Amino acid sequence: MPDPLQTLEPIPGPALKNEMMLPAVLDPWAGHALFEAAHLAQKIAGSKVWLVSLAPKAKLQQVMMTVAQKVPFELVALDGPSSGFTDSFETAAALAGAIEGIAGLDRSRLLLFGGWESASRGAGSTLQMVGERLGIVEQFQGVDQIAVREDGSFEILERIEGGKHQVSVCAAPPAVLGWATGNLPEPRNNPQVGMVNMRAVMPSLQRSKPAPIGNAGLTFVSVSLPKQQRETRVVKNVPAEEIAREIVAWIGEE
Amino acid sequence: MDSILLLVHTEADGTLAKAALEGLTAALALGGDLSIGLVGASVQPGADQIASAGAKRILAVVGDEFSQSRYSTDAAAAEALCRASGATLVLAPATPRWARTLPGVAYRLGGRVDTHVTALAEQNGTAAVTRWFYRQRMEAVLTRTSRPWVVLLDGGVVPAWSGAAGTAAVEPVVVEAPATRTTVTGTRSPEAGEQTIRPDAKLLFVAGAGWTKKQADGAVHSADAEKLILGFLHATNASLGGSKSLVDLSGEGEAVLRFMTHMNQIGQTGATPRHPKGLSTCCHGEEPHAVGWRFIGERRAINLDPNCGWARGKADVLYVADAFEVMGQVNRLLQG
Repeated sequence: MPDPLQTLEPIPGPALKNEMMLPAVLDPWAGHALFEAAHLAQKIAGSKVWLVSLAPKAKLQQVMMTVAQKVPFELVALDGPSSGFTDSFETAAALAGAIEGIAGLDRSRLLLFGGWESASRGAGSTLQMVGERLGIVEQFQGVDQIAVREDGSFEILERIEGGKHQVSVCAAPPAVLGWATGNLPEPRNNPQVGMVNMRAVMPSLQRSKPAPIGNAGLTFVSVSLPKQQRETRVVKNVPAEEIAREIVAWIGEE
Repeated sequence: MDSILLLVHTEADGTLAKAALEGLTAALALGGDLSIGLVGASVQPGADQIASAGAKRILAVVGDEFSQSRYSTDAAAAEALCRASGATLVLAPATPRWARTLPGVAYRLGGRVDTHVTALAEQNGTAAVTRWFYRQRMEAVLTRTSRPWVVLLDGGVVPAWSGAAGTAAVEPVVVEAPATRTTVTGTRSPEAGEQTIRPDAKLLFVAGAGWTKKQADGAVHSADAEKLILGFLHATNASLGGSKSLVDLSGEGEAVLRFMTHMNQIGQTGATPRHPKGLSTCCHGEEPHAVGWRFIGERRAINLDPNCGWARGKADVLYVADAFEVMGQVNRLLQG
């Protein structure tokens, strides 16, 4: 997705102004999911992480230059739009199709990780549809933690209202986990991991199939930037006690 | 015109929560034939609560197996209610339970879904929804021809319906609970044991990384910061938000604000809560971070930097002052 630290401006389509010129990054929540997956795979013998990603090939290559240095994975690339304006239904179809095509993937043991939302569309609806297409009905969203037990079951913490977590135990895979932030910091760059990953990344990018995502039946009536500029009253050189009195009075106003 | 199904789940006591009643307000505003679908271990109290709302039908999937928030059972219940109602537009509050489940249900029904909807209206005889893209950076209005169209409405965007209670006739919809490998065992509060996220609070207090930086005396005063912030939260029942830089510090195990977790994070990669008022302290950053208080009504900020991007043009009032000093005085006044 376009780096969220950039200025983002919509144009008719809708699309982002100069979208292909904007630097691309791995979606933050997808990043958390990837790091949690790699952390888990490291602990469970025989596990492997595939990173299935849908984006314009050139942007994907750019993103891989940094992400590939973080954790070991095998890239499955789909050459298609990564715009926030693409619909989740067709995106899910493309992703599910790519997962079905992974040779050597034991789907009965699959833990499908992803970000619970994207920072572009922010819908939180794609993973559920991917899961449904793959026949997985053990699904969890807003996940912050997974703990695998000795019997192969796993305990999951999902975000719910009021800053709490719901605790569930899933007896066995397959399952879908949409990650919130999790608990892991971003791994440091590891050039050795990067070199191993990149050997497979480049061929994967070359093999990537076009995945055009239409928005059938969807019409954007308008897309606009918010006009929320406020007239800020700046209060300075005023004693803290006086400011405190003003704040307390303001808090008490109905 | 669409036929509408409002899909709501009941609470443990069978009643409807505020989010469900907000959904009812939005559904009634659309016009059209309205059915209401209830899911829960018991639903009659909830049905009675909205008996006078004017729904054409009240359908329900009832049973102990549908009491808990779990994808497989919730999806089976919601799918059955959608099919039984024949609705073309399915509206639901964006509770964590429905947000987890209804996109999958939309797929099962061959429909489409839109989430985090902030407004719903009729335009030229068809429903149109408003939602934000790129993390509250731009706002779009969209329509769809695909049906059924599942729409998840964000909390706090419309008032909760209030009307007379009565005795409602509920049509049961029988669903065999699907086999599941998932057992819900309970809920867990943050490890620090301090509940600082209060969605219904009138005030959001936002703490930035400045609280953990060296102060005028050259020392870090994290313990004082904790005491001041918690003292303020206790006195005002405000909800606590944190900037990304601050919660990242906490996540990396540094001795900072122990009650601050990623759950508190607001902004580009955090929450965008809705509160009537917001007070930010020691925050810095530009637009990507300031989106965290996109939906805050009245905003004030305390910052030593008079040109702070968090506040200039975003806040109604910017106090250029030391937050330690000001919040100390605020707490003294509140406790006095």
